[in-house]
Amino acid sequence: MDTFDIVFYAFAAITVLSAFVVVFSRNIMYAAFSLLFTFCGVAGLYVLLQADFLAVTQILIYVGGILVLLLFGVMLTNKVVSVDIKTGTLHTIPAMILAAIVLGSLAAVFYATWSTTPDPVASTTTTTKAIGELLMTSFVLPFEVASVILLAALVGAALMARRTRKP
Amino acid sequence: MKTFLLELLNNEVLVYTLMAIMPLIWVIPFALFAVWWERKISAHMQDRLGPMYTGGWHGWSQTIADIAKLIQKEDIIPTAADKKLFMLAPYVVFTGSYAAYAAIPFAASYVGSEINIGLFYIISISSLVVVGLLMAGWASNNKWSLFGALRSAAQIVSYEVPVALSLLAVVMVVGTFDLQEINHLQTGPVWNWLVFQKFPLLLFACLIYIVASLAEVNRTPFDLPEAESELVGGYHTEYGGMRFALLFLSEYANMFAVSAIAVSLFFGGWNSPFGDFLSGHWLLDLFWFLSKGMALIFVQMWLRWTLPRLRVDQLMYVGWKVLVPFSFAIILGIGVWVLAAGQ
Repeated sequence: MDTFDIVFYAFAAITVLSAFVVVFSRNIMYAAFSLLFTFCGVAGLYVLLQADFLAVTQILIYVGGILVLLLFGVMLTNKVVSVDIKTGTLHTIPAMILAAIVLGSLAAVFYATWSTTPDPVASTTTTTKAIGELLMTSFVLPFEVASVILLAALVGAALMARRTRKP
Repeated sequence: MKTFLLELLNNEVLVYTLMAIMPLIWVIPFALFAVWWERKISAHMQDRLGPMYTGGWHGWSQTIADIAKLIQKEDIIPTAADKKLFMLAPYVVFTGSYAAYAAIPFAASYVGSEINIGLFYIISISSLVVVGLLMAGWASNNKWSLFGALRSAAQIVSYEVPVALSLLAVVMVVGTFDLQEINHLQTGPVWNWLVFQKFPLLLFACLIYIVASLAEVNRTPFDLPEAESELVGGYHTEYGGMRFALLFLSEYANMFAVSAIAVSLFFGGWNSPFGDFLSGHWLLDLFWFLSKGMALIFVQMWLRWTLPRLRVDQLMYVGWKVLVPFSFAIILGIGVWVLAAGQ
């Protein structure tokens, strides 16, 4: 076991353990805050896969954006903070079927041999430039569609936040 | 630096640990003396003397005495506070502000990590600070702390937008996220600094960055999160002893980090302002970098004791309706310029 393996297992342990806390914690604040460690662990795993741009984007969007908004929502919502979340078992049989399907597909992915093509991005040293060029050429349609959707969400949020004027 | 240490110690893990600890050699003494410096500057601006006794010459060791007192204090955790999060929060805050130092190039031969997305990394990793502040404010179980933390998070999240946009303007000109490479591009006399390139667009980008970074580090005129007159101390109201010292340390570390980014991107980084004169040695690199950083720190302190505090709605107005449109205009201008110049 060399250094790379140790670091990998450390990040994997952080991710999995904090994800367990997110799922099983009865305190909603603990769940929200341990998401921080899950996101950071996933970012670390991305770094080990040499996807540095993806790792940094992960932290920027998930920690800086989504997690902060989540915490805001929880803190500003009245009386949510002190309420225990129910973590009992409900709908056992459908849940078991669903979990079995997910497990089966994960196992299939795990043990299947994949025909891979050399990644156009990972082969270059500066990933940022290659990602930028690909986004502006081959993947320009998904990129633009995503930005239009985000713009619509932004306009909708601004509209809802505006004080309603009397006609 | 790294190759030298690798030859000396022949152990990668040890070398990277050493490289990671190195910025602390600067950050801790800086925080100690910056507190004293800030008190002296505020005192002289208000026609007072400030600390004069401890240590003899102008009370230079006042903060060292303060820190010695803080270390000895009892570790008090309020009964109604959420114990685990209360204890964890200062470490999360400090991790966020110290992690930024990994990509700051202190000299031509020293940068913690040679990643080619250094600038992007710094922008994103500082968001850990926000989570830490929210944690501190909520765990204290105190209305002032919670208000301070919420204000701070809202402010940092809003002002991240103009900060990122103004830095993007620089990235469009240089074509790289690597701070070390950006510094190499600015070698030469003063007019090679990026703040004078594409005149006056990058000068405006620099101004926007400095204004927005003041809000990012909760300095006056944007110090609403810890407004003493209304919130006691904001998110650190309930903290005392060593945990308070850690929150304070990360605040000053943050101040230097944003100044260091401004220095690296706009003011030539570790380059000497006189071209080849007084440059080349790593000690001179370090000297130029740190003194430029300290000059910007002085500007931050100067503004703190000059300007009154903004109101919350004014803060949001400045962020979203003034700084963001102007930085978009700068980005558009630079895009057109770069395209027209055919670079």
